[in-house]
Amino acid sequence: MNRSHTYKALARRSPPRRSMAIVLAASAVLSGCVTINIYFPAAAAEKAADRIIDEVWQLKNGSQTPAIPEGKQP
Amino acid sequence: MKTVHRIVLLCVMYAGAVWAQGNLEINTPAISQLRDAMQARHAQLAPHYASGALGLTADGRIALRDANAVPLAQRQAVQGLVAQENGDRDALYREIARANGHPEWEADIRSTFAQRWIGRAQSGWYVQSGGQWSRK
Repeated sequence: MNRSHTYKALARRSPPRRSMAIVLAASAVLSGCVTINIYFPAAAAEKAADRIIDEVWQLKNGSQTPAIPEGKQP
Repeated sequence: MKTVHRIVLLCVMYAGAVWAQGNLEINTPAISQLRDAMQARHAQLAPHYASGALGLTADGRIALRDANAVPLAQRQAVQGLVAQENGDRDALYREIARANGHPEWEADIRSTFAQRWIGRAQSGWYVQSGGQWSRK
């Protein structure tokens, strides 16, 4: 008798708690996503810039002299 | 326990979302077209960077800093190239911001590019910082 009472009490109490936990987790994730999108992704922008500069200045193919670092041609 | 599983799953999805933010979209037709035009123009601009006639500005553009370093006959042509290049650069920064769904990032993208153009310029080229020209 006593036991069935506690089960009933648990059954009544746990679903709202669980859904609250899920709502909290979901809102944390959503706010995280919003935060990421608002701030400028500086590292990603640098990577993108480097890829475009490689193409425009043809630095990756080695076809043109890349920067000749203070090496004097004899 | 189910709740814990769900939270773990959400964390994994969140990590995935963070990872996906690691790259900016630069493979749109508009961006590729601007990049190719700038690449083709670079062959004509390169000797003028080397001579010091042209320099890289702090705002992600190029400028004719010493017109006397260009033979008189070519001067007007070089001025035209500079105007075209700056038009393409402005459009490039705007397009990258737009392609990533954040037109308001244009100024940040411009300053990122300005730093990278200057940082990767060949030695001997002129670059601008704080309104002053210096030779790399």
